[in-house]
Amino acid sequence: MEFSTSPYLLKDTSVRRVMTQVLLALVPGIVAYALLIGPGILAQIAIATLTALAAEAAMLRLRDKPLALFLGDGSAVVTAWLVAITFPPVAPWWLTVVGVLFAIVVAKHLYGGLGQNPFNPAMIAFAVCIVSFPALMSQWPGPGSHLAPAQQLDWIFGLAPRLDGMTSATPLDALKTALRADEGHSGPLPFLAGNAQAVIALCYLAGGLFLVWRKIITWHIPTAFLGAMGLLAGLLWLWQPAGFANPVFHLLGGGAMLGAFFIATDPVSGATTPRGKLIFAAGVGLLAYIIRVFGGYPDGIAFAVLIMNICVPLIDMYTQPKVFGMKDQ
Amino acid sequence: MGLMQLFKFKGGVKPATNKAQSVTLPIAKAPLPSVVAVPLHQSIGGTPRPLVQVGDKVLKGQMIGEADGWISAAVHAPTSGTVREVGMYAAAHPSGLLTDCVVIEPDGEDRWIERQSVDYKTLTPEQVRELLRDMGVVGLGGAVFPSHAKTQASRSVPMEELVINGAECEPYITCDDLLMRERAAEVVKGIAIFRDLLQPKKVLIGIEDNKPEAAAAMAQAVQAAGEDFQVVSVPTLYPAGGAKQLIRVLTGKEVPANKRSTDMGVQCFNVATAYTAWRALGHGEPVISRLVTLTGNVAEPRNYEVLIGTPMDELLAIAGPKADTDGIIMGGPMMGFLVPEAKAPVVKATNCLIAHSPALFPPKAPEMPCIRCGSCAQVCPHELQPFEMYWFARAKNFGKTQEYNIFDCIECGCCSFVCPSRIPLVQYFRFAKSEIWARERDKKAADGAKTRFEFKQLRDEREKQEKAEKLAKAAAAQAAKKAAEAAAAAAAEGGAPAEAAAAPAAQSPEEAAAAAKKAAIAAAMERAKAQRAQAQPQNTDDLAPAQQQEVADIEARRARLRDIAKTELAHPEAHPAEAAPAAPADDGQTPKN
Ligand code: SF4
Ligand code: SF4
Repeated sequence: MEFSTSPYLLKDTSVRRVMTQVLLALVPGIVAYALLIGPGILAQIAIATLTALAAEAAMLRLRDKPLALFLGDGSAVVTAWLVAITFPPVAPWWLTVVGVLFAIVVAKHLYGGLGQNPFNPAMIAFAVCIVSFPALMSQWPGPGSHLAPAQQLDWIFGLAPRLDGMTSATPLDALKTALRADEGHSGPLPFLAGNAQAVIALCYLAGGLFLVWRKIITWHIPTAFLGAMGLLAGLLWLWQPAGFANPVFHLLGGGAMLGAFFIATDPVSGATTPRGKLIFAAGVGLLAYIIRVFGGYPDGIAFAVLIMNICVPLIDMYTQPKVFGMKDQ
Repeated sequence: MGLMQLFKFKGGVKPATNKAQSVTLPIAKAPLPSVVAVPLHQSIGGTPRPLVQVGDKVLKGQMIGEADGWISAAVHAPTSGTVREVGMYAAAHPSGLLTDCVVIEPDGEDRWIERQSVDYKTLTPEQVRELLRDMGVVGLGGAVFPSHAKTQASRSVPMEELVINGAECEPYITCDDLLMRERAAEVVKGIAIFRDLLQPKKVLIGIEDNKPEAAAAMAQAVQAAGEDFQVVSVPTLYPAGGAKQLIRVLTGKEVPANKRSTDMGVQCFNVATAYTAWRALGHGEPVISRLVTLTGNVAEPRNYEVLIGTPMDELLAIAGPKADTDGIIMGGPMMGFLVPEAKAPVVKATNCLIAHSPALFPPKAPEMPCIRCGSCAQVCPHELQPFEMYWFARAKNFGKTQEYNIFDCIECGCCSFVCPSRIPLVQYFRFAKSEIWARERDKKAADGAKTRFEFKQLRDEREKQEKAEKLAKAAAAQAAKKAAEAAAAAAAEGGAPAEAAAAPAAQSPEEAAAAAKKAAIAAAMERAKAQRAQAQPQNTDDLAPAQQQEVADIEARRARLRDIAKTELAHPEAHPAEAAPAAPADDGQTPKN
């Protein structure tokens, strides 16, 4: 007889189930992405997933860990998907591969594997690639441009020359340029490919709410992230409407929704206490805004998350909740 | 059922209750077992002293173990028969260690002692408490704390609420449910006893809302008795039946780990405890049986009135365990344990036996690394951070586990229940706690040994010094004698020189002795000092402030002891009383703690 100790009754759950629900929650956003911007994203996800699984398997073998158990936990696939959807949809395949390898091999396994990484692996991938390949990481389908599926694939796999004219900066970049050129900005929503990006963001929001409902994540991080970013954006916009975009633009543009519900909520590298989560996520939201508005990169989520990752041990330490019965002592 | 404001406790989980199986049939009486083995130690506190010997005939209800101290409770023969053994026997304990038992072979007559019902209202509270102790009344909710010791209100805080626990939140267990359904009137009478002892402003009976029949029966019994107890339905949420959780839900009070609930004007008893208190006083029946739910992988789940001491396998057989049964869980599936020895006897804490099978409780999935998802913290009713405690327990950094309040953990199992990584968190916490206790014990023993060693050293010094004194005295006496002889000789020769010689001789014995004593003390002190300095390298520099404080405290205590010892050295005859109890150096006794 197996001699274990109580509890003998366990909830029907597993890491794999948690990760599967995260993937499920990403699906609406990805579908909208594929429909509105192009199916290139699906190719990217496939490339990223295969690379992640191969890298994960190799690292597990090297580290002498049970392959079936860990390969099936789904964590590598979540990382792969996040890399794929934060990278430009028309990035060359090898860029995605490099990003995923960095995420899995360096950011995850060299730090000790599942549960040990102090930094968000997908954001490490993004940061490393945007520093190393700034031009390729900044090529997004331009406003109003509809790339044919075949053309997107040709680009991804390097079968056709990349026409610089067909790609441009992200809407945030475009906005920045516009504001610098004193052209002002009046539209309430981001303008890439119509309102495609806003629609995708709303799909991520729906997926994120699903995760809150399923108790995979708590409300703290998304609320503090979006609240802090929206507040700062709103204040600056009220102060100088011509100089700053409105808060809706910021919340629905760039990676804000994805970041708030799927990236900053990475449990391993984020804060864990309720108050800690609020501080952590507010920090990410504020930093992301500052970097995307005043910095030199198209979006600031990745760097904001990585910077706040560094602060996590400190935040957790100073925000330990009071235990039962000790609240007024 | 009164309408009142309820409070919430944080966390909690909702496992499948699995209670329906065992409530369909009424309580039945379990047949007389072939043997009863009554463990002497069945409650928190002192182990009762056995009152019987092998070969003695005992009657049902006869006291066979007498309470040892105030926090202790007597044990009694569950049936009439012959004592076959007084010694080590299999125990209902996860450790698998044996325990002291009185093993009785039933004679089949089940003949009672003479039972006397008492009108407890004519007794003083003190007498009632003694009676409860001698009747073996202890907490039957599982904690088995002697009940009489919980019936004293705090001196400074008035008793506000008496909480009666009928929540029964653990899955599978239904014995309290059936007790309330069938014997509500007697439960109410028992509650009245506790009420009379504690004199609270109100009495709140908490029952989880998945037991409407029990709640209705209780409400009716309360009314019939003309009492003003409130029967309150509380939301079904494990562990609402934890004493602290139920107190929180009913009164809003949070009793911290370092406080007694009476210090906050509240006390809590289980319904079954109240029932036995009434049986003890109103019928003169000591606690020799209890209700046990037999359930799990059995053909006919049901509640039985079971004699304490009944072998578990024999008992479970009544319910017809199915073929693939591979173990017995005592208690519920959340906090119970697999009994290591199937013949272990039912004790006062045994509320439920669950036949274990791999189909019912599938083997646990392999443990994965913690992903810090925080689920465990969200469900912890004591608002702890289980994953942090786990991390440090695993690293054997037990100091840190204490910083994260591991001793506030009630081992309810909520954290393990939800952990997606299938980490047996509670197992780590039990391990960490037992390690901390073991180290505490070792440290105390070592401290004791060190203190004893120092006393022995000082005593040796004293003996040496006394020897030196004796020698000095002898030498002085010798000198005096010589001087006297010389003086006498001189006197024989002529008057004056005799005085001159006698004077120094007369002084010399005292002075010499005093000087020798002084020198001996000084030398002894020096040596002791040097030895102490050598024995205690001060490696206390890089400790945390709290630890340094602790070290400083210990040092201060030692210094005090040394001072006492020193005064003793200087005036050996002055404090004979102090030295005697303080220095049990060579008597070979181990320290009691
Ligand atoms: S529930 Fe398990 S995996 Fe999640 S934080 Fe707690 S211990 Fe870690
Ligand atoms: S077992 Fe301890 S740590 Fe786990 S939920 Fe219960 S009280 Fe909290």
